[in-house]
Amino acid sequence: MRIHFKTGYGQDIRLFEDSREAVQNALLILAAVSAPWWLDEYMLGEVTYVLIWILAGLGLMILAGHTGQPSLGHGAFLACGAYMEVILLEAGVPFVLSLPLAGLFAGVVGAVVAIPALRMSGIYLAIATLAFGIMTEDIIILLTPWTGGIEGVFTPTISLLGIEIDRYGDPDRFYWLCLFVVILITVGYKNILRSPTGRAFTAIRDSEVSARAMGVNVARMKTLAFGLSCFVTGLAGALLAHYLTAFNYEAFLILISIQLLLMVTVGGLGSIHGAYYGAIVIGLLPVVIATLRQEISDFLGAGNSSVPGMETAIFAVIIVAFIIYEPLGIYGRWTKIRIWLELFPLARKDMFRRQKSYLKTERMK
Amino acid sequence: MSLLSVRDLSISFGGVKAVDNVSFDVEPGEVFTIVGPNGAGKSTIFNLISRIYDPSSGSISFDGQDITRSRADEIAPLGIARTFQNIELFEHSTVMHNLLVGQHSRRTTSWLSDALFLPATRREEHNMREKAEQVIDFLDLQPYRDKLIAGLPYGVRKVVEIARGLASDPRLLLLDEPASGLSVEETQDMAFWIEDMQKDLGITILMVEHDMSLVNQVSDRVLALADGRSLAFGTAEEVQSHPDVIAAYLGVEEDA
Ligand SMILES: Nc1ncnc2c1ncn2[C@@H]1O[C@H](COP(=O)(O)OP(=O)(O)OP(=O)(O)O)[C@@H](O)[C@H]1O
Ligand SMILES: [Mg+2]
Repeated sequence: MRIHFKTGYGQDIRLFEDSREAVQNALLILAAVSAPWWLDEYMLGEVTYVLIWILAGLGLMILAGHTGQPSLGHGAFLACGAYMEVILLEAGVPFVLSLPLAGLFAGVVGAVVAIPALRMSGIYLAIATLAFGIMTEDIIILLTPWTGGIEGVFTPTISLLGIEIDRYGDPDRFYWLCLFVVILITVGYKNILRSPTGRAFTAIRDSEVSARAMGVNVARMKTLAFGLSCFVTGLAGALLAHYLTAFNYEAFLILISIQLLLMVTVGGLGSIHGAYYGAIVIGLLPVVIATLRQEISDFLGAGNSSVPGMETAIFAVIIVAFIIYEPLGIYGRWTKIRIWLELFPLARKDMFRRQKSYLKTERMK
Repeated sequence: MSLLSVRDLSISFGGVKAVDNVSFDVEPGEVFTIVGPNGAGKSTIFNLISRIYDPSSGSISFDGQDITRSRADEIAPLGIARTFQNIELFEHSTVMHNLLVGQHSRRTTSWLSDALFLPATRREEHNMREKAEQVIDFLDLQPYRDKLIAGLPYGVRKVVEIARGLASDPRLLLLDEPASGLSVEETQDMAFWIEDMQKDLGITILMVEHDMSLVNQVSDRVLALADGRSLAFGTAEEVQSHPDVIAAYLGVEEDA
């Protein structure tokens, strides 16, 4: 167990808890930045995809993990960002502006959606947002003049301050761009969490009545959480548009929304790390399952013929297992393993009392 | 002028008059206690003052300002803090974090300044932490400073909830049964803290309490309620010897 001797208030406010954490993060960023030199093109593409998912997950984490408002319709905001990005670029808006504007558009839509959502919580909110997520495809088709409907759209190539960034032509540059956005948003997210805004979010999650009594304007804060959350997910949508290069409504089926919520839940609700772990697992799991499918088929005695629906089944089992055995997600499990290692051999079995999960349904004062 | 003034306050829940025409005034600097059997409407009065419930009639004013129609989140900035009968702390956060949320009503920075962690946010964080440390020192919470609420013993949580209220620098502190569930020693500590808050910090206290030893020790004035109506009013001894109050408590015991 690391013990911190506090000598000043500044210490508590720092971005990283101690120099070890700062060094770890610096090494991680270094490894990430240098990835194009030690990953082949295929893997770099996969990692870029995971980065986009991390970004989308960070967005949902603000809302579901830190404000306690589950959203089963976040794919809609991914779509807002993606289509707005294409529309803006086609209208001649430079990429430096179109990316933040696409995010902003998703954020504003999110804040507007928040207004009816303010009166709901828990399961009711989940169902309302689910309905919104389901409607997304229909809305995209209704808006065919802007979205290309069933035909879909092509995403123009990025030209960033004169530098061409083509997803296939310059995978390295596109990867760096995504990495840059992810790091920027993560820092902003961390800043929010260590300041009054983030504390108001978690206060609403843990006890709305109490938050009110502390002077938190719950309606305004929830709207802000929706807005920020959808802004970040919208940014991910804009990057996704470039990643896909051509897409139509099928990129935003309701499954995407569900997968997003599963991702942050499996990763660990209520922590920034959770969005990362969740995206890595959910993003790379299909690749792992595909590689192992022969072994699994042999194990199940199915010979060479593949077992239909196996991927989905394995996926489902992993997710259910997490929700039952580790409601705090991968991050929660990792924290426990780390504490156990640090305390070895002093850790006791009962040290980790089962904690309630963050997402609550109805709650009275 | 009285600090808090409650006039003819009433509220009913599905035909049950939980609070029925109750009036009282809390003077600056005093400890004002409300007593009464279970279901008398004591917590409901607190919930009306913190604007969680809307009264069906009557008015509430604080420091001369009418707050009968204010929003719940507008109460804390006026200088009213409270605790809850069933402890409503932010379970997944540390004690320090709870004390920082307690100061939310004094925040001045915007979310944008927070996201960029501008100097204004940094300064404010610094000040809030300084205030939190003062409260931690005042209530001897140093050992629990960085502990999660979820793992704390009941008695400590009670104190943390008071600390969270104090962190906002209130003028009026509402304590809903501060001694319930506490041991005899913890109740004695609570009595000292209430006296300290009143005398050293100059905070006016409106309290609901069942423990008569605590009521006798700290209260300046006592109001007795039963079935939503006020029965008696005066010093602790006067109220306890009032025939209606004795009858109300006896009645409850006979029912039980
Ligand atoms: N939200 C509510 N909905 C319905 N009835 C309520 C509600 N809140 C309080 N009541 C009712 O109002 C009456 C007064 O309740 P209150 O909680 O104020 O009692 P109390 O004096 O605080 O009692 P105790 O000593 O048990 O805390 C009770 O009959 C209670 O059932
Ligand atoms: Mg009560």
